[in-house]
Amino acid sequence: MKKICRSYFIFAVCILIFASCALHAQQSKPWEKIPTPKLHAFKPHQPQRIELKNGIVLFLQEDHELPFVYGSVLIPGGARDEDPAKTGLVGLYGQAWRTSGTAKLSGDALDDLLEARAAHIETGGDVDSTALSWDSLKGDSDQVLSLALDLLFHPSFSAEKLQLAQQQAATGIVRRNDDEDEIARRESAKLVYGPNSPYTRQPELSTIGAVTVDDLKAWHDRTMSGKLIVSVSGDFDPAAMEAKLRAAFEPLPAAKVAPARHDEFAGPKPGVYFINKQDVNQSNIEIVGLGTDRRNPDVPALAVMNEILGGSFASRLFQKLRTELGLAYAVGGSYGYAWDHPGEFHATVMTKSPSTVDAARATLAEIDGLTNRPFTEEELARAKDNILNSFLFRYDTREKVLAERVRLEFYGYPPDYLETYKAALEKVTVADLDRVAKKYIHPARLAILVVGNGTEIKPSLEELKLGPAQKVDITIPMPK
Amino acid sequence: MQSRNFPQVWKSVWAMMLMAMAVIFAQAQNLKSFEQRITTKVLPNGLTLIICERPEAPVFSYSTFVDAGDVNDPSGESGLAHMFEHLAFKGTSQIGTKDYAAEKIALEKVEAANNAYEAEYLKAVGRDEKKLAELKQKFIDAQAEAHKYVIPNQFTDVAERNGAEGLNAETGLDETEYYWSMPENRLELWAWLESGRLADVMPREFYKERDVVNEERRMSVDSNPIGRLVEQFVATAYVAHNYGRSHIGWPSEVQQINATEAMDFHKKYYVGSNIVIAVVGDVKASEALPMLEKYFSKIPAGPKPEEMTTVEPKQFAEKTVAIREQTQPFYIEGYHRPDYRSPDDAVYDAISDIMSNGRVSRLYRSLVRDAQIAAEAAGFSPFPGEKYPSLFAFYAVPLPGHTPAEMRDAIHREIEKLKTADVNDEELAMFKTRARADLLRGLANNQGLANDLAEYQTRYGDWRELFLELDKVDKVSKADIRRVANEIFVPGNRTEAWIETEAAAAEKSAATQHNGGAQ
Repeated sequence: MKKICRSYFIFAVCILIFASCALHAQQSKPWEKIPTPKLHAFKPHQPQRIELKNGIVLFLQEDHELPFVYGSVLIPGGARDEDPAKTGLVGLYGQAWRTSGTAKLSGDALDDLLEARAAHIETGGDVDSTALSWDSLKGDSDQVLSLALDLLFHPSFSAEKLQLAQQQAATGIVRRNDDEDEIARRESAKLVYGPNSPYTRQPELSTIGAVTVDDLKAWHDRTMSGKLIVSVSGDFDPAAMEAKLRAAFEPLPAAKVAPARHDEFAGPKPGVYFINKQDVNQSNIEIVGLGTDRRNPDVPALAVMNEILGGSFASRLFQKLRTELGLAYAVGGSYGYAWDHPGEFHATVMTKSPSTVDAARATLAEIDGLTNRPFTEEELARAKDNILNSFLFRYDTREKVLAERVRLEFYGYPPDYLETYKAALEKVTVADLDRVAKKYIHPARLAILVVGNGTEIKPSLEELKLGPAQKVDITIPMPK
Repeated sequence: MQSRNFPQVWKSVWAMMLMAMAVIFAQAQNLKSFEQRITTKVLPNGLTLIICERPEAPVFSYSTFVDAGDVNDPSGESGLAHMFEHLAFKGTSQIGTKDYAAEKIALEKVEAANNAYEAEYLKAVGRDEKKLAELKQKFIDAQAEAHKYVIPNQFTDVAERNGAEGLNAETGLDETEYYWSMPENRLELWAWLESGRLADVMPREFYKERDVVNEERRMSVDSNPIGRLVEQFVATAYVAHNYGRSHIGWPSEVQQINATEAMDFHKKYYVGSNIVIAVVGDVKASEALPMLEKYFSKIPAGPKPEEMTTVEPKQFAEKTVAIREQTQPFYIEGYHRPDYRSPDDAVYDAISDIMSNGRVSRLYRSLVRDAQIAAEAAGFSPFPGEKYPSLFAFYAVPLPGHTPAEMRDAIHREIEKLKTADVNDEELAMFKTRARADLLRGLANNQGLANDLAEYQTRYGDWRELFLELDKVDKVSKADIRRVANEIFVPGNRTEAWIETEAAAAEKSAATQHNGGAQ
């Protein structure tokens, strides 16, 4: 009995209750009489960290509950580092690396071997990194580890598998304007970072066609000289695992530290932007601007502000747009912070075509409200409760603890980051909220993108009185 | 590990057996260890509680599994179960209201106003537009009056302030599930909240929420090419059974569901005998059970609702659905298959695994890797539900320049192979190994495990089936696969549906312009 398509969940992206300060005196609140006992003592199990002389870092996280072993090698360098003329290279690399296999064992033979053991070895690319990961039953873990290491150290990029990856990437490119939500997310990010930014430039048929096998090899050789982070979790003997990993990674030369990036982030040109899509009856509205990075000491206060803006059922946006006005199912928003570059401020709402202007106005009013409708102690207390009482779920499994440590190591944050972050969240005050909202929320600097059905959007976007709606061209360039 | 002949080595029966034995051992261990950690209790009202002790961290997850979904929506009320699910987040007589007694009266007035409006609206002859406008205004005013007593989102607010994580619900055709995770010291608070909303829901803000559900439909169906196609595909495949109705509800029906209907649905289906609740995590059954019993006994007892009498008649006409529009091509087809209680249930799982699971699968290798006509191709079942006879579906995403017809033909060639030749030993062994490993992997997650335990308890009357169904997996033979393929994969049992790309009228003329073009 296998489940396939599950149905409709209650919300996609979510998020106040300023009305509730008017709680009636007669409400007895029976739930407040229910005791909350002291939480059972719990100390997250930290992985063992081993730094090799060459700078490579190993993490070992034992977990003997189930007979599986999971591992991964995280490699610095990703799509933001690729040659713009070959945009899409890292995506193709992530696929062809695994499907090509190694000098000794083709990718297809590797598929047969692993699947017969219900084991996996996979490779993939991201914006700032690539990774090789594996998992298997305990009994197969030695064999699967050696196969994974073979793929790491002796990949054989084949023209045939590159071509296969290119065809699949091409399918993604020609289909990218079919889905309204995908268009809205992609094009709003381009408004924030610029169309040619390393964070938003998109693969085209011509740029993926320009990628060669030699490019993949060169990419691999270049990135493998970086500071690798190797992590293993599950049912294994730590001394034996350490020995195997040392044998594999100690012989590598000293890891090269990637030079710091110097990207420019101007933020969007304010105004209203429009993309016409005739086959939809709902508008996707994205209100966007530039965010910050996590090193900013204001992040804890911003996180609390985000919770109030769009982080819960009780948040201002959810309460207004969904509960009070019934204008949207999906609504949310936050001032974003990425680990090592500015994130995106965004507020998203999807509403039927005729209510586009109403929904956009109501969303803009909530954004404005951050700067002109003072935060209350009630809102602060709620947001803190929401965040802090569920904070535990960031480290309630050994796997999550390990993933967090790897992330902190990769971006160069201290290993106790979560603890200091939590302590900072606890200290946030209403004055902090008012201060960060005034400092970071600038409605006049935001861009408003609407993807929707032009003939159905009435009143028109001009009614927003924010200038003429500028059309965004999303035509897919076809090579001659 | 020598490249080309390597498969010969692992093919050896002995190696396979050793491997299988190791995993079976693990499975038996798990069932035994789970039997020690799981307590099942049926309350006097018929509600089943399952507690699984997994004290890895001071948290728990729960799943409330109600054996009713949109398949149970009465005729003319498609989308009702889902609409009710949204209502279950709106609070009770004790939470979400400033004054229950006054609110109750106000809500009755809302309902009367809606009925008056609807009656005029639906008049086939002699509708009075002026009166209709007045009735609409009265309906809006009645809602505003009732809204004065509402504390919006208080139910979810209390849950979230107490650390609820992943708070959500899903309505399927067969069932409705409610779930979240929480710190273990909030178990009693959770029991208060959950038992309250199951027993004591009220039609608060119903009509506003109906607008929200309409937006959900626009998002997931109307404005999504695959959503549109799949709704038409399923509606075509079924002629009698409710599986053929729109999942989320037909627009006209969702737009006219009223609160009385939703409350009737609740009364009939939200009875103890129709609900299983599983809790997994840092919970001690011996301590928690008396408390849980106290709260969940509040849910009314009632007879298990009668099962549906409609059985989809045997299909004998091959059916097709073609959508021509300006989106990229897509192909899907489906064949009727029996429900999950069929002795062949595991055979269908074997077929979808062999045809679709990973880069070793037949559809990947033939359509994606070798013929290079598709970016993706797979078969899956059961769809769109599992409790009643459903479909075995196949789909493929064409590469640029390839057509739905090519997808269809290529899928049919692969199906034909299943019918005319046995699958090989490796494929069958692979399916069995993967089924075991997937089961084991699922045990590491509180929420996933809670969902599974509640579901298996409902569907089989015993959560142990989650482990025991591996025996059925083990018994699947090559002959079974060939037999089942020949039984169901026949043209008369098939519905084909596809999207064909139609060039935009503006495309040719706008090719040189900057705005417009191929969107």
